[in-house]
Amino acid sequence: MASSTDFLLALENVSVSFDGFKAVDALNLYIDKGELRVIIGPNGAGKTTVLDLICGRTKVSDGSIKFKDQEITGRKEQEIVRLGIGRKFQTPTIYEDLSVFENLELSIPRGRNVAGALFWKRTEEVNERVKDVAAMIFLRDHLDQAAETLSHGQKQWLEIGMLLIQDPELLMLDEPVAGMSVSERIKTAELLKQIIKNRSVIVIEHDMKFVESIAHRVTVLHQGKVLAEGNMNFVQSNPKVKEVYLGH
Amino acid sequence: MSMARDDSRTLELIGIALVAVLILVVLPMMLDIFRLNLVGKYLTYAFVAVGLVLCWGHTGILSLGQGVFFGLGGYCMAAFLKLEASSVANTKIQSTPGIPDFMDWNQLTELPLFWIPFNSLPFALIAVIAVPTLAAFILGAAMFKRRVGGVYFAIITQALAAVMTILIVGRQGYTGGINGITDLRTLLGWDIRPDGAKYILYFVCCFLLLGTMFVARFVVASKLGRILVATRDKEERVRFSGYDVANFKIFVFCLASAMAAIGGAMFALQVGFMSPSFVGIVPSIEMVIFCAVGGRQSIVGAVIGTLLVNWGKTLFSESFPELWLFAMGGLFIAVVLAFPRGLAGLVTDQLIPRLGSWRGLGQRQPSPAPAE
Repeated sequence: MASSTDFLLALENVSVSFDGFKAVDALNLYIDKGELRVIIGPNGAGKTTVLDLICGRTKVSDGSIKFKDQEITGRKEQEIVRLGIGRKFQTPTIYEDLSVFENLELSIPRGRNVAGALFWKRTEEVNERVKDVAAMIFLRDHLDQAAETLSHGQKQWLEIGMLLIQDPELLMLDEPVAGMSVSERIKTAELLKQIIKNRSVIVIEHDMKFVESIAHRVTVLHQGKVLAEGNMNFVQSNPKVKEVYLGH
Repeated sequence: MSMARDDSRTLELIGIALVAVLILVVLPMMLDIFRLNLVGKYLTYAFVAVGLVLCWGHTGILSLGQGVFFGLGGYCMAAFLKLEASSVANTKIQSTPGIPDFMDWNQLTELPLFWIPFNSLPFALIAVIAVPTLAAFILGAAMFKRRVGGVYFAIITQALAAVMTILIVGRQGYTGGINGITDLRTLLGWDIRPDGAKYILYFVCCFLLLGTMFVARFVVASKLGRILVATRDKEERVRFSGYDVANFKIFVFCLASAMAAIGGAMFALQVGFMSPSFVGIVPSIEMVIFCAVGGRQSIVGAVIGTLLVNWGKTLFSESFPELWLFAMGGLFIAVVLAFPRGLAGLVTDQLIPRLGSWRGLGQRQPSPAPAE
């Protein structure tokens, strides 16, 4: 098996089981530099579990995950983050008790140890960076607002912003438009098109219209295995895919 | 919100200034030395409460074993004072003169090895901080690296408090047992018992407490303080922002324990003894209650809460000694049910907005709900 690859991320033969149930079963998945990959699949197909495995939240039972040719299975979450993988959760996961500004400030990838955090200075550069990202995620006028008072869609954007400011090489988004209004979805699609420049992105999404508007390549997962992979037309016309997912 | 936070930081500063005036000027003028010495004793618990504001109020780590660190600090100080009080001249009636009285009663004939360094004041002062901090570090590293938290952590700290008491009581030849280390007299020849010395120790305690409050305020205001709040809120997100959460928890737990230890050392100096009744489960939980009553997120609130509850305890138990524990339990229930943010929360949420509206300072009031 090829162990050295040109891929940014390579999952080979990855399995994980929970109490005997194989949530992910001998999965192979390769992501190129600069690629936008959408993962779709019915409920329970293992989509979120795949992201959990990549970012170290769930331990791999078997197989190998390589990021930039380094084995990352068994590493701690924060180490994987520091290698350049960012993760957005399904429900907005932000710091409700802090302001939008503070949420973004904490996500700047510097001063991450105890001493660095204790003697952190809010420099002009920090201010600028936070304001730039806030403008991108449509929250420029909400910097002083407590994050808990944001709308659901704004919380989703804030979490995306917190990832952007980390500047990861691989960005993983779990249902970024879930619970958003139509106008928020359109804005989010624009936002995603902007942020996928210069980085690889894995998106899990249910909303097929949204998928069509952003997708390059689509991977269909079913029962922990890859059912089909290719561009949107190819996947949509695949009879197996129709049967398990799209047809109903 | 950031506006509001700036306001609350200014408020905290005003609060610290008021506490300083209260403990440095008002109380010494109002109270005789007996009562002032009692206040000094209460203030030593306030060190613990300030530590709890950091580790419980801000980070969400509830420790029910802060008495252990208070006690370790106190015992390290008491060990030095006891050795000084146990000179050969002072203890010539003992069968082995020159060792602390309780050792002699327990048939020890020489000073145990680990007691010997406590002949040196610099060593003892370093040990006051280092021993409890090291204990907190070991416990914290063992728990937080394994991601033990919440109720499990609280129970383990409580077990530690129980273990510590049993250890001290059980090894009375080395620790003084249930009576503790008593009859402390001098610090480098300076008698700590007369009223004059008590005044000086009271003020030393005040300044150390104010210093501790400023350290706590610095930590809370730093980015580390916001990471602590973020950890309380969404621990997983903090990890996925690239921080090693365990290290931050260990840091704040050690800091809180070091603060408790300073309180313990000042206790031994001002009260003149140290005993296991300030180490175990009950005092540890009482300290959590002091902090909760004052407001577990407010540094000033914790100090005021400690003073008020202890003042109430003294008043109450002088008149109705057997009712005090019920009153304390009732108070804790009342805090949890009626004002979870403690007295500090009442002041910032209720009193100040009302004062503002009475004085017609309407600018920052929340706008009234629109009429339907």
